[in-house]
Order: sequence, then structure tokens, then C-alpha cells
Amino acid sequence: MKGNRITQCFSALAQEGKKGLITYITAGYPDLDTTARLVKTMVDAGADLVEVGIPFSDPVADGPVIQQASARALANGMRVKDIIRMCAGIRQKSTAVPLILMTYYNPVFQYGLEDFARDAAGAGVDGLIVPDLPFEESEELLGHTDHYGLALIPLVAPTTTEKRLAAMAPAARGFVYCVSVTGVTGAREEIHTDLAKFTQKVRRHIQLPCAIGFGIAGPAQAAAVAPYCDAMVVGSAIVDLVARAGMGDPAPAVAALVKDIKCAIEKCA
Amino acid sequence: MPLPDERGYFGSFGGRYVPETLMPALEELTAAYQEARRDPSFWQELEYYLQQYVGRPSPLYFARRLSEYCRGARIYLKREDLNHTGAHKINNTIGQILLARRMGKKRIIAETGAGQHGVATATAAALFGMECAVYMGEEDMARQALNVFRMRILGATVVGVTAGSRTLKDAMNEAMRDWVTNVDTTYYLIGSVAGPHPYPVMVRDFQRVIGVETRRQVQEQTGRLPDVIVACVGGGSNAMGIFHPFLEDREVKLVGVEAAGCGLDTGKHAATLNRGRPGILHGSKSYVLQDEDGQINLAHSISAGLDYPGVGPEHSYLKETGRVVYTAVTDEEALEAFQLLCRTEGIIPALESAHALAQAVRMAGEMPQDAIIVVNLSGRGDKDVQTVARALGGED
Repeated sequence: MKGNRITQCFSALAQEGKKGLITYITAGYPDLDTTARLVKTMVDAGADLVEVGIPFSDPVADGPVIQQASARALANGMRVKDIIRMCAGIRQKSTAVPLILMTYYNPVFQYGLEDFARDAAGAGVDGLIVPDLPFEESEELLGHTDHYGLALIPLVAPTTTEKRLAAMAPAARGFVYCVSVTGVTGAREEIHTDLAKFTQKVRRHIQLPCAIGFGIAGPAQAAAVAPYCDAMVVGSAIVDLVARAGMGDPAPAVAALVKDIKCAIEKCA
Repeated sequence: MPLPDERGYFGSFGGRYVPETLMPALEELTAAYQEARRDPSFWQELEYYLQQYVGRPSPLYFARRLSEYCRGARIYLKREDLNHTGAHKINNTIGQILLARRMGKKRIIAETGAGQHGVATATAAALFGMECAVYMGEEDMARQALNVFRMRILGATVVGVTAGSRTLKDAMNEAMRDWVTNVDTTYYLIGSVAGPHPYPVMVRDFQRVIGVETRRQVQEQTGRLPDVIVACVGGGSNAMGIFHPFLEDREVKLVGVEAAGCGLDTGKHAATLNRGRPGILHGSKSYVLQDEDGQINLAHSISAGLDYPGVGPEHSYLKETGRVVYTAVTDEEALEAFQLLCRTEGIIPALESAHALAQAVRMAGEMPQDAIIVVNLSGRGDKDVQTVARALGGED
């Protein structure tokens, strides 16, 4: 398999002895132009990989912040094909940053599994995360994403058993997204999961970089999580800043948060 | 081969489409259910509660005056409305709560639309001394205020859901989020033949008692099997319960009735099998009301229990095989049937069940007088009197 940008990004981070920062935003919230601009803002501020959420009407794995952002984006008429086109635009301007789409299975299924893999890869997207698609159901999609060079990134949870980790290992691509808590997305005061034990268990079965996400609100938690992972995902905290900006420009606040977190994890390296 | 298969598929419908966090819980639930299913003492205990607590068997009642009104087939009503708590829902909640107890779970959560499943869950939780939280859309809380009050009296916490359409679909989303968060301690008691495997098969098995009794009763009373069985379909648990023991009897026509709301072509309906297409919602692949991008559409029905844009996967399978025919009845037709049953038989039906009645009335007039139609009268209508009063302009 040709080294895709995700693999290259993690190898570069590992060589430099650095931890990666993955930032998430919901596409089309409040509008697509802002989304494209915020991707650039986050990359300039130090994000190593960017996750773009395709909003879904019934996001059962998401907490209130992303639920509301998704609902607003859909109310504004956001379409899947527009988001893929936006990704192509981002890719034209920036060749390096890995782009990952995150969405639920039904939008992918309705788009057509092969069409989605082809169009997303064609737009320069590197990975796909589908939180309601366990590996048992992913075989067909995986055939298409592999064919077009799109990494189908698995999620693992603190509840995932060793048996399941062993079973999903052959289907894992890109990196492993370790869900830090049993719960939905959203910033939290504290993360109670034993991350050392959790990530060791994951690494025993899957030889891919580990990213930790769900619940990372700011620099302090990022620093606490950093020792256990190769990268971390910050989502709701960023989307919340977009919400708080209201009619104003969210870019300065988003840039500041990304810089703070990046700085906090670099100190740990 | 018995369906579903090992992965929970009925043909191409079913499966498990949930966050990874829940997958181990579903595996544990499947194993616990398979073990209970093979254990005669589990079924003996369930039967005890169904007889002594729920009041089963429910009668199969020949609706003489309704049949006379229709001038055609003889209409029999399977009186699930006479169960404790007033609907078929309790058959399933007692079954699942016995399973939850066996698994050592102490906290029960549920979603509810019309509130009948919520009341049945709150009842079963009270009976076994378990903590209970019921998620309910705020729109439904307003139109089913009586049931909200009943759940609270029974000791359950009713959590209002303000997201999306504030109806059953959103209540189910929120219940799943609770389960993702509290999966170690909590048992999610789904009220329909929907959701991820093993719920569709498990709920069907617990509701099958309706069809098993109907089969025996109709033979005792008439000496033969019915020509037609009619049941309403939202998620589809009462329909699956009465249909399933008759699936092999090809001479028995099975008719599922969806909510056509304001009309099938108005976009304001809940006729998932009539107007939807296959997709993934709430953990399984089945017919779904959705737009081109796979965003879930809002359903509409005067009946909160049918106001759902999805349907159980086995119904999708039975539609595709042609074994069950799925029709639709509008709000207006359901209201007419509601009043008709009140006045001809002195029975106030749930608005959900009134959809099945309307379909039966439609068919009866075109059938000979020795034909037999069984209608699953899945619930009683006390909860709906305010909605009906408003719709008929008698109040407000």
C-alpha cells in the first residue's frame, strides 16, 4: 500500500519524538467557507491532522456540542457532496496535512460505499472514521476504501475486549482512535479511564499509532493524555468555540486553543 | 433456517450498527439471552408473571356489532388493551426485566413514544425494585401527559428530550447515549423489534405470546385459522408478535398498517415501509424515512406510538419476501375507526390500534360473511382522549 499522508505524518512525528494533534470541526457550521478557513487556521496553529465531520441528523455517539453544530449545519442545507468538494479545495491549497472525514454510516451508505470511497479519495481525503460501524459490519466498505487508498480508521473503547481487539486488528488502517471514556463526545472535567492500561492493551493487538480522543478540553488534559498516545483528538472544545463566536469570527479563539494545546503536548515530549 | 442468522440478519436487514463501546454489551446480552432462552425455568417464571400479573391470556373477542356495521367478514379483536398497563408492551418489559435481573443489572433505561412502553418499563422496574429512567421527546410528553404522570407515580424518572423532532426517534438517540455512558451498570430495555441484534429477535420472542394465543383461541372459537390478521406497525412489535406464529400458514394473509399521517404524498407521515428505503438507523439496517443524503426525515402521525421514521428489520425482510403486505391509514381514517369502535363495541382503542381497525373495516366490507379477520387491538385509548378531543374540535 502506498504510504498515505496519515502514515507519513505519524512516521515524521515519531522520528522527531513528537506527539500529534488532531483537530475536529463539523463541516458547514456555521457555513462551509468558515469550515475551510478554520481548517487552515488550525493547521497554521499547529494541528498535525484534521478531522472534518459530515453532519448527521441522529448522531448517537455525540454530545450536545456536536449535536447542535450538526443540526445547525443541516438546517443550513449542508450536503455531503458539497463537503467532499470543500475537501478538494483544501487539498489544492495544502498538499501535506492529512484530512480525515468523520460521519455516521447512513450518509456513506446512501451515497454509495464505492462512490463515497472514490470521491473522498479523489478529493484528497486520506481517512474515514465511522463511529457506528463496528468491524463486523465494515467488510464491504473496507474493500472499497482499501481500493481507493482511503484509511478506514477503527475506534476502540475502554469496554473493548482483548478478543475483539485481536479480531479487528486485520481491518485496522491508519491509526487507532482510542475513545478515552465510555460515553459520547464532549469536553470533560476529568478522564477516569486508566489510559496506560488501555493503550497498552490496544498496542498489544494493533500495530498502528494510537490516538486518544473524547473529552479532551484543553492544554491540561492534553498534557495528561500525551504520555500514553501518539496523537490526541480535540473536537467538541473547538466546535464550542465556533458556537460561542456567534456572528463573530471564531478563528482567533480556535487558533489560540490549538496553539495552547500544541504547546502543552510539546512540553511533554 | 431460522432467522435471524448469527449476525442478527433477516435476509439483508438487521445487524449491529452501534458505537464500539456498546458492542461488548451487545455480545454479553446476546449470550445471556441465548442461555435464558434454553432455560425452561426462565420461561416458567415469565409465564407466571404473564398469567398472574399481566392477566394473560388476553381474550380474543368477536366484535359482533362492528362486524355487522361492516356487512362482511367477522372481525375478532385480540384484546391486548386488557393487559395490565393497557397495552401489549408489558409482555416484552417483563421478559426483558427478568433477563436484566439474571444479568445482575440494577438500572433500567428505556425510550418511549406514546408512553405505553415507558409505563410498562416503569411498572416492571417497580415490580422488581430497580432504578428506572425513561427518555421521552418533549412533544410526546405534551400529547401523552397522562402517561408521563403514570411513569412518575411508578417511581421512574422521565427525562424530556429536546433534540430534533422531540419525539420517539430522538428519545431513542438519547437513551443510546445514556447506555454508551453507563453501559457497565445499565440495561437498555428497547420497546420494539428495532435496534441492534439481539433486540429485534428478543422482543419478537417475548411478543410471540400474542400470536400463539390467537392461534389457539381462533381455532377454539371458529374451528379454523383466520383469513386475515391485521396489526399496526410503528417499530412493529405488536405486529411481529401476532404475525410470527402464522408465518408458515400461507393461507393466512398478514397485513401491517403504517401511519399515513396527513397522507402518503404530503411528506407528513410515518409510512416507513411504504415510502422509505433501506438505510441504517438506531443500530440496524432496515427501511428508513430519509432524504437523498441519508439524513433521517421527521415522521408524522397523530399517534405518538407510530410516529417513528424507522421500522424493525424483520418487517423489512417480510416486506421484501412479500409474506406480509404493508398498507397505510391516515390520521383521519384512524380517528373515524377510533370512534366507530367506541360506539359499536364500547371499547376505546389506542390511536395506534385504531390504524389497524381502519384497515380491517376497509377490508371486511369486501369479504364474504364467513371470512374471519383478526385485529390486534394492541392498546387501550385512555391516553389518547385529549388528542382525539382536540382533533375533533370538542375541546380547546
